[in-house]
Amino acid sequence: MSVFWNVWIIGLTTINLILITWVLLANRKVAVRDDEMPENKTTGHVYDGIEEYDNPLPKWWFMMFVLTIIFAVFYLALYPGLGSWKGLLGWTSVNQLENEQSIAFEKHQESYGAFLKTPIEELIDEPRAMKMAQRVFANNCAVCHGSDGSGYLGFPNLTDKDWLYGGSPEKIKETIIHGRQAAMPAWQAVMGETGIANTTEYVLSLSGQEHDVAKAEAGQKLYAQNCIACHGADGKGLQAVGAPNLTDDVWLYGGEAANIRQSLRLGRNGQMPAQAERLREDKIHLLTAYVYSLSLED
Amino acid sequence: MGSHSSTSEPQLLGDQSYNYDVVRQFSIMTVVWGIVGMGIGVLIACQLVWPVLNDIFQPYTHFGRLRPLHTNAVIFAFGGCALMATSFYVVQRTCQTRLFGGPLVPFVFWGWQTVIVLAAITLPLGLTTTKEYAELEWPIDILITLVWVAYGIVFFGTVVKRKTSHIYVANWFFGGFIITVGILHVVNSAAIPVSLTKSYSAYAGAADAMVQWWYGHNAVGFFLTAGFLGIMYYFVPKQAGRPVYSYQLSIVHFWALISLYIWAGPHHLHYSALPDWAQSLGMVMSLILLAPSWGGMINGIMTLSGAWHKLRTDPTLRFLVVSLSFYGMSTFEGPMMAIKTVNALSHNTDWTIGHVHSGALGWVAMISIGAIYHLVPVLYGRSKMWSVPLINTHFWLATGGTVLYIASMWVNGITQGLMRLAFNQDGSLTYSFIDSIEASYGGYIVRAFGGGLFFLGMLLMAYNIYRTTLSASEEHTILEEKPDTAAPAVA
Repeated sequence: MSVFWNVWIIGLTTINLILITWVLLANRKVAVRDDEMPENKTTGHVYDGIEEYDNPLPKWWFMMFVLTIIFAVFYLALYPGLGSWKGLLGWTSVNQLENEQSIAFEKHQESYGAFLKTPIEELIDEPRAMKMAQRVFANNCAVCHGSDGSGYLGFPNLTDKDWLYGGSPEKIKETIIHGRQAAMPAWQAVMGETGIANTTEYVLSLSGQEHDVAKAEAGQKLYAQNCIACHGADGKGLQAVGAPNLTDDVWLYGGEAANIRQSLRLGRNGQMPAQAERLREDKIHLLTAYVYSLSLED
Repeated sequence: MGSHSSTSEPQLLGDQSYNYDVVRQFSIMTVVWGIVGMGIGVLIACQLVWPVLNDIFQPYTHFGRLRPLHTNAVIFAFGGCALMATSFYVVQRTCQTRLFGGPLVPFVFWGWQTVIVLAAITLPLGLTTTKEYAELEWPIDILITLVWVAYGIVFFGTVVKRKTSHIYVANWFFGGFIITVGILHVVNSAAIPVSLTKSYSAYAGAADAMVQWWYGHNAVGFFLTAGFLGIMYYFVPKQAGRPVYSYQLSIVHFWALISLYIWAGPHHLHYSALPDWAQSLGMVMSLILLAPSWGGMINGIMTLSGAWHKLRTDPTLRFLVVSLSFYGMSTFEGPMMAIKTVNALSHNTDWTIGHVHSGALGWVAMISIGAIYHLVPVLYGRSKMWSVPLINTHFWLATGGTVLYIASMWVNGITQGLMRLAFNQDGSLTYSFIDSIEASYGGYIVRAFGGGLFFLGMLLMAYNIYRTTLSASEEHTILEEKPDTAAPAVA
């Protein structure tokens, strides 16, 4: 904080507090509290028939006001508030957070860490571990993948057997730790609207949906030129780059002709955020087991 | 303000000397926009109970688009019209002079109505700056600025040509509200336009958030508090026929309130990217704000000493006094919620919504309703409202509705706060977000019902006003000079 702003903040705060204290005390003095019948005294002003009594400030109210000002002075001495003044207690919100986090870490290290050595395949049969894992999932993953893990348009379903990047415990863990960045390019400029319409028909044919045969034939050429690198000649996709299988009935962005056209036109850039920075190793281990278990259920 | 020496006030002017046209216009629109804004409020409260109601006419009737329309309609359309109606009335009456500004006066009315209509069109279309309570896009913001400057010229021009020696306390609060809201609006709405309907904020990151909540909290502090204290300072003593309790208290709490409120914004950003010092300062200033806020409540309620019996027969006065009770309650709750440790529980829960509505329904709406019930007979030359029992019914609907609303939101808010902070033995969160929403379902039903009661009261009010304007006109001049209200009672 620059010297100017420091002085500005401290100056304004101090001046404001001093001024209201002065207004409070100054009006305390002129109050006619000794008068026998103070209520009979008005200021003499009359506005549209309204008069004003010259009653003193209520004592309890005055005391409450003074107490809050005293509290403010002490608080601003103890805590940061007056510009770059750090406060006598040395408190900062970052310190408080790190402190609470390390306490929580110590406290829960054992309960989570206990499962770190258990292989994923065995962990899924451990009810206590799965219960904890389910809560980690609900708190961190459910916002996109849904509280039952069944996903939503644009967010993969984790309960089926279809995997974009692979469904082995190792692959799932890799996805959670490092996240994933899908990159389906936009084909609008390359294919043109007719090309996109034709390719769409071909893609529809891959999954055995109703399609226009003539257009699909034209689209097949474009597919061969532009799409097979990721989605493969047979359209079964490539898990190494997260390219979806186009021959099944699982559609991340919708399988209607209109959805496919939109995916082709503008591309898709699905992003799974990396959790390495957010979640500890032992929690990720549990989470991996939980996600793995979801697809094993019927 | 100034010296306390006795001054002889000029003779009261007759009603015909004042510009009541604009007051009438704004008073009627207060009720109209109140019904519209609260009606949308009831609709979106029902959407939270029955989500299918989002689909009435998608995407225009989606909660996300109607919610800002609701807040804008009740704050700026209903509240704004109430403030303009009462401030134009009060400044004329207490300055004993006709409104200044000539053509600017109708410009303020029609300009403000245009702003409201534009808001009602653009917000459902999804055109928004995304800044809370400042969602309107830049062309509308410019119109607001023009109207607001005109409003200021009319108001202060009238104060300048006053025939009284002093400026009445109600006008201090109206004046403070007009100046500050103008500054807040211009600074917070600064943006770089990219098209007629899209702009980007002039600020970035944490600074943008700080400017937004400096504005946002002072929309509460100046628009919804200082302005409505202006209403209180005229209509409570007037309706009770009693002098204001303490001039000293007026001075102290006025200066403390307007100088401290401006600091309180950061308490909306506790535990955020905002620097620690700004958060602490916002919290401290919010706490000191408790006494100045209560100063207005004390001055209003104590004004009734010696006139408590009038509450038995005068439901209009009941509205005014109960509004002060809700005001006192929510201005106690506010500083408490500004404390960081309390905020850690209350933030992002329904407690905030409950707090806002104890202010918005209990204080802002109730005092406006009381003021309008006082104004309508005067403005239309009637001795009283068409039906006083109907005012009484309205009073109980409004009070019951408000209590149901805020109590259900307290229960929901604390439930949500506790659920979201609950940990299992293994350190994981006990509940997911959706669990806390499921647990809130009962509260949502009660809230929609409470809001519905309040809305029903507004319909009765509209009917009562309609019948009042139809009833036989009486002499204009006798109305305001009723002996029990014009002559100050001597204890």
